[in-house]
Amino acid sequence: MDYQYTLLIILLPLLSFLIIGLGERWLSHKVAGLIGTTSLGITAILSAYTAISYFTADRVEGIYQTLVPYNFNWLPFHDMGLHFDMGIMLDPISVMMLVIITSVSLMVHIYSFGYMHGERGFQRFYAFLSLFTMSMLGLVVATNLFQMYMFWELVGVCSYLLIGFYYTEKAAIAASKKAFIVTRFADLAFLIGILVFGYYTQSFAFDFTQSAVYLNGAAPAVTVEYSKTLAGAAFILPTALFLMFIGGAGKSAMFPLHIWLPDAMEGPTPVSALIHAATMVVAGVIQVARLFPLWVEYAPETLHIVAWIGAATAFYAAAVACVQSDIKRVLAFSTISQIAFMIVALGVCMPGHEHGVIDNHASLGYMASLFHLFTHAMFKATLFLGAGCIIHAVHSNEMSHMGGLRKYMPITHITFLIATLAIAGIPPFSGFFSKDEILAAAFHYSPIMGWVMTGIAAMTAFYMFRVYYGIFWGKENEHYKEHTPHEQPLVMTLPLIFLTLFTFVGGWAIPGSFGSLISATGEAYHIHLDPQIAITSVVIAVCAIALATWMYARPTQPVADRLQKNFSSLHTWAYHRFYIDEVYQFVTHRIIFAYVSRPIAWFDRHCVDGFFDFLAWGANRLGYSIRGLQSGSVQRYAFVFFLGTLLLLILMIL
Amino acid sequence: MNFLSIFVLIPLLMLPALWLCRNIKGLRAVMVTGSTALLIAAVWLVFKFIGDRAAGMTDEFLYTASVDWFTPLHIKYAVGVDGISVAMLLLSAIIVFTGTFASWKINPLPKEYFLWFILLSLGVFGFFISVDMFTMFMFYEVALIPMYLLIGVWGTGRKEYSAMKLTLMLMGGSAFLMFGIFGIFYGAGGQTMNVFEIAHQTGGAHAIDFSAQCLFFPLTFIGFGVLGALFPFHTWSPDGHASAPTAVSMLHAGVLMKLGGYGCFRIAMYLLPEGAQELSWIFLILTGISVVYGALSACVQTDLKYINAYSSVSHCGLVLFALLMLNNTAGSGAIMQMLSHGLMTALFFALIGMIYGRTHTRDIRELSGLMRIMPFLSVGYIIVGLANLGLPGFSGFVAEMTIFVGSFQNNDTFHRVLTIAACSSIVVTAVYILRMVGKILYGKCTNEHHLQLTDATWEERFCVGCLIACIAGLGLFPGWVSHLVHDGVAPIIHQLGAVAHTVSQSNPFL
Repeated sequence: MDYQYTLLIILLPLLSFLIIGLGERWLSHKVAGLIGTTSLGITAILSAYTAISYFTADRVEGIYQTLVPYNFNWLPFHDMGLHFDMGIMLDPISVMMLVIITSVSLMVHIYSFGYMHGERGFQRFYAFLSLFTMSMLGLVVATNLFQMYMFWELVGVCSYLLIGFYYTEKAAIAASKKAFIVTRFADLAFLIGILVFGYYTQSFAFDFTQSAVYLNGAAPAVTVEYSKTLAGAAFILPTALFLMFIGGAGKSAMFPLHIWLPDAMEGPTPVSALIHAATMVVAGVIQVARLFPLWVEYAPETLHIVAWIGAATAFYAAAVACVQSDIKRVLAFSTISQIAFMIVALGVCMPGHEHGVIDNHASLGYMASLFHLFTHAMFKATLFLGAGCIIHAVHSNEMSHMGGLRKYMPITHITFLIATLAIAGIPPFSGFFSKDEILAAAFHYSPIMGWVMTGIAAMTAFYMFRVYYGIFWGKENEHYKEHTPHEQPLVMTLPLIFLTLFTFVGGWAIPGSFGSLISATGEAYHIHLDPQIAITSVVIAVCAIALATWMYARPTQPVADRLQKNFSSLHTWAYHRFYIDEVYQFVTHRIIFAYVSRPIAWFDRHCVDGFFDFLAWGANRLGYSIRGLQSGSVQRYAFVFFLGTLLLLILMIL
Repeated sequence: MNFLSIFVLIPLLMLPALWLCRNIKGLRAVMVTGSTALLIAAVWLVFKFIGDRAAGMTDEFLYTASVDWFTPLHIKYAVGVDGISVAMLLLSAIIVFTGTFASWKINPLPKEYFLWFILLSLGVFGFFISVDMFTMFMFYEVALIPMYLLIGVWGTGRKEYSAMKLTLMLMGGSAFLMFGIFGIFYGAGGQTMNVFEIAHQTGGAHAIDFSAQCLFFPLTFIGFGVLGALFPFHTWSPDGHASAPTAVSMLHAGVLMKLGGYGCFRIAMYLLPEGAQELSWIFLILTGISVVYGALSACVQTDLKYINAYSSVSHCGLVLFALLMLNNTAGSGAIMQMLSHGLMTALFFALIGMIYGRTHTRDIRELSGLMRIMPFLSVGYIIVGLANLGLPGFSGFVAEMTIFVGSFQNNDTFHRVLTIAACSSIVVTAVYILRMVGKILYGKCTNEHHLQLTDATWEERFCVGCLIACIAGLGLFPGWVSHLVHDGVAPIIHQLGAVAHTVSQSNPFL
């Protein structure tokens, strides 16, 4: 099996982008949508086929081989043998991501037929979706850091274009700009990290362990002995890795670079589901996971800092999510919080007992993180697509415009409930299994981290059920009488049902458990639930759900209102996301624009340019002041001539 | 007669042909024929050059020829090309070709306009094929003078002031340059003006006395640097570009500013390597300032052309910055950035001109919601904006990445800090590009006069389409360009690496 066809997985979405993008004017909505969906459908089938054949292939020494069907020198750098390669690398992570991305993307493509029906710019929407899918696939199969960075930038641009899809709305323009600039700022750190890394290790390749098998005549990357290269400079690799992590933190909305994600909800809801929940925002996790062998061997202390950043983010986002009233914002903060869970799981990994050896038990978090990535993609996409159905039905994002929708939208209700149970960590839904592994890893690292994360998991259950009750239970909104909400068409509910199915079985249906596919060492790792942790977390989650039920399930919410009244300042702070956005606004607008850019522009016009204008003016004045000498009057010339001669004569005589 | 001279001959023949034309149709016919011929010649040259290199022709300059012109002063008309000049000729031909379509409806005095336009191109092409310092200088001057008239007559706004300022500042640069060239000529023995011969005479360019190199390097570098928008000699650029007519802005930013970078590399650095090694730090600081300062200034401008002019200052600053990093990667990156910036800025100015031609304003506060009114131009504008801020798949990304990787190879704090500062410009670029795009294209149109405006005509579409294709072509398949320009960069970097002191003695930051 040489996996040559994997090139099609990247090229098909690109092709459909080009066809729809160039033919926008001539294609009808239906044709454009069909082109996008068909190509994505084929891509999804190919990805699933790749996954099946990859994971059923024989292991070599207990490990799935890393296969590189393509790798070529795209852009040579002419010093030190550095080069910018492009290629496709298949290893457990990338194969898993191929399946996640293509299946969620396919569902979103189908769903958008209904959601975007009749919208202006329907073709453009599908073109961007295809472009995004292509970029995201390119990112996960990257063979080296630079390729990852390149597609990383591309997904950023797609995200910009899709957030700003409704480009006549002020909020959408501002949100798209903010998303792009914040992530760009983070990407600067990523780029510098790559430069540092490339300079010291003389390679950008991901092939750290020299175990990759190059197929089809692909050029092997230069692999290095990191310990040798970096002898005597132990801080370099941690620095480079941390700089790269900042880039990942920007994309994955880690505190304090999270500010763009809630605003990104201005985009169409299917986009939020695909880009800002299931795929692009987990790029930071993928990046850390890709570099995991280096992190855990050369920078374990820095990795733990990353874990605490993740924990802080998870807590912050969960706290903010508890008080938001816009359902998409709640889901956005919940996404931030859940991604932070994955980052924590990676961050709590430790090298094994002997230094330099990755140990599956000590690095349990690696598996847990990617497991959670998988389950989260499914249930969060379900939640977002469900939210899209609700928004379509009631024409508002605000929870106060909803309530009692369970009667009107049964399918949406059931799927939303299952996804909510999954994110809350209730068995047998998928979220329970992955979250349990994360908690186990956190407890293994330190009990404090374990309890912190358990607490945040409880908050998750609480705020998700708050949203759930707010939408589907409680008092019916009076607008329903004039405008009765109704269940969405099949084209929108089918993707929901499909994703819910995954959410339902994702935790336990994988043969031989998730750990047999992906683990830190690559060897099969059998997941065994720690009953103590599992029971504790379920009990706490159930308590949190009970609390939410008590507070929010009834038509009136006396407890919640009283709490809001008694802690009004805390509520206001949380509602305004602790004013982090305002701080950024202040720094960028008040300080950088007003105190840096404007003075520089002024200086340029008045000082630098003024100097040259002054030179010109000076020359001009000088010309004016001496032009009297060329008066044309002969007597005067004769007089000057006479004086000059006299002067010369005197000089000669003396 | 060498076939390279065809690049001078075609414009030369176009001049009388234009002169004889009776109406605008004839002018267009001559322009399209001539510029197409130039483009075909340039593309053919690229293929021939790559083919001959692959066939084992290893001379530094290929297709050389030399004719005595004024023997007592050793002035020759000497031509020859290496990878860099081939790339630059291709760029110039593309810009002249698309510029023709961008000035399709020029008014008034179309005949005179095209005559000056072609004279300017003649200077540019002549400059890039020459290998004799004096001939280069002459063509350089030929390219400068028409600019004065093109801006002064066909420009907008404060055109007389801008034309005068641009010409005077560039002439000031020429004065420095002339000193520099004569310094090299006499320093190298006063026997030849040929760049190649000076570089390869006994002892190479190192034969020039060290103190003379330290005197003439700054003169030559500043002389060319003025045209390359070197801080603080860049102020002609915003005014000049803002006043120039569309195609002239394109040609000026797209090609003429490249003369600066090319000259700095080919003459100042190649022939004065010791001086370059010794004093590069001063100019690194200046160009580093250009990069960041230009980008920050662009953030608060309100005129579209000013934004783009400051953006050019930033991007051209990056060209000189990378050249001064004195290694192969950064050098190749610099030449690629020249190509990329030339194409992108030309497209930018073309689009601004097209929008201005319809709305009669370039003030971003007066423009909004153009996306709904002129979708083609707006989409083009977004594409070039994204290309400018380094979207992968377009030329800016590959050029910048090559530059940054190359710059980072200098292993000392001084170079590192400057490199990181230069890298930070990519964030600022995003800020001003998105601000501009958000203001003028998105949102709702507030000016009802703009609602009746029409989208691009066929020649405008053709011009924009060609340039986008070139930018994307370079961005998607950068390998061949990288090899092509590296071919020309390597000998110069080799010369710079062979100096006695590779570490600057005068740099206080080391």
